[in-house]
Amino acid sequence: MDADLLFPRLVRAHTADVWTTALRLTGSHADAEDLVQEVFTSAWSSLQTWSPDRIDALRPRAWLVTITLNAWRNGLRSQSRRPQTGPLLDHDAAVHPVDGLDEDERLGELVARLPEAYRAPVVLRHVVGLSYAEIAAALDCPPGTVKAQVSRGLALLRKELSWT
Amino acid sequence: MDLTGLRTAAPAGLVDRILATTGPADDWVLVDGPAGELMVAFNEHGISYVLAGDDDDALARQVRIRLDRGVRRVQKPPAGLVPALRTGRTRGLRFDLRGRTPFEQAVLRAALRIPRGEVRSYAWVAAAIGKPGAVRAVGSALGRNPVPVVIPCHRVVRADGRIGDYVWGGAVKRTILRGEGLDIDEVERLGSAGVVFTGSDTTRIFCVPTCKDARRTTAAHTVSFRNAAAAAAAGYRPCLHCDPVPTAA
Repeated sequence: MDADLLFPRLVRAHTADVWTTALRLTGSHADAEDLVQEVFTSAWSSLQTWSPDRIDALRPRAWLVTITLNAWRNGLRSQSRRPQTGPLLDHDAAVHPVDGLDEDERLGELVARLPEAYRAPVVLRHVVGLSYAEIAAALDCPPGTVKAQVSRGLALLRKELSWT
Repeated sequence: MDLTGLRTAAPAGLVDRILATTGPADDWVLVDGPAGELMVAFNEHGISYVLAGDDDDALARQVRIRLDRGVRRVQKPPAGLVPALRTGRTRGLRFDLRGRTPFEQAVLRAALRIPRGEVRSYAWVAAAIGKPGAVRAVGSALGRNPVPVVIPCHRVVRADGRIGDYVWGGAVKRTILRGEGLDIDEVERLGSAGVVFTGSDTTRIFCVPTCKDARRTTAAHTVSFRNAAAAAAAGYRPCLHCDPVPTAA
């Protein structure tokens, strides 16, 4: 299919998945919206250079979620090189106490506070619902590693939940 | 552990904000047309959409609905557009009709063959694309013309001489046709009298009545025909310029 025709359909079909991924990785609505814009801008640049065969073979959901993950990780890398001047983290426990939120909001806060190495595999597997093979491809590591990170991430979440 | 409750709907309007900043988009220019200003959208394939007026938001909305593309305003019109609007000659203009069906594309290409100052019937267009029975479908296809004025769907009128419908209304259609030098009263008079073709008894050639060759024939030498069979029976041959009885190429 023509990239011109495909792209708006991709946006309509997959904005929800890209949004969920971005929101749960960043833990912030504002950062998630910026990330989503970045993802689709980068997806459009790629699609324009692709052959129709490559476009037809595309698995759009996993592709877009992978772009989201990479854009998020690149953002983290450049943030760590440039010390932040504003509040350290907008999901800081002191700023946003977890008590008093509804169950999903509380869970969302806890996911956003997971160490980055566990957060991405947990979000992609248990929130977005990608397969271990898709996550392994996205993270460029063996599926066994992904499984281990997911189970460590879930164990941390359970521990946090039992404390709060 | 069930984390599926963390799937959240995207904020309202996010899809629109994404599509407003990225993805396929056409350039558009504001130009003078035969019945007011025209917004003309185009891309590397050619002219894609024409809307009357000067309203950025209306154009953006229509191009999104009709073509699923964005728009951005530019100053430089596509090559040939301004002369084409001035002279009515569209040869050399390119069109982006990718979203149209093959039938619609054929109808629009046939409409492009009608010279400025002349008109043809819906039946003529149907015959020209090799679908003589599809007169109504021709009307619908012309009504969905994405590039009115530039592809002159206004030059297609009813066989009974009535000017008929138009995407921007019958009154605008009449204004444009008058501006192109068409004698609308004469078209209506001949149509209502059942005259489909006119011929010259000196050349023995028959034309559609608005053919520029037919208009040169003096009244004393003009003969009228109700159909092609009558003209042929009288020993007249069809004009090569106006192609009064088209057959599909």
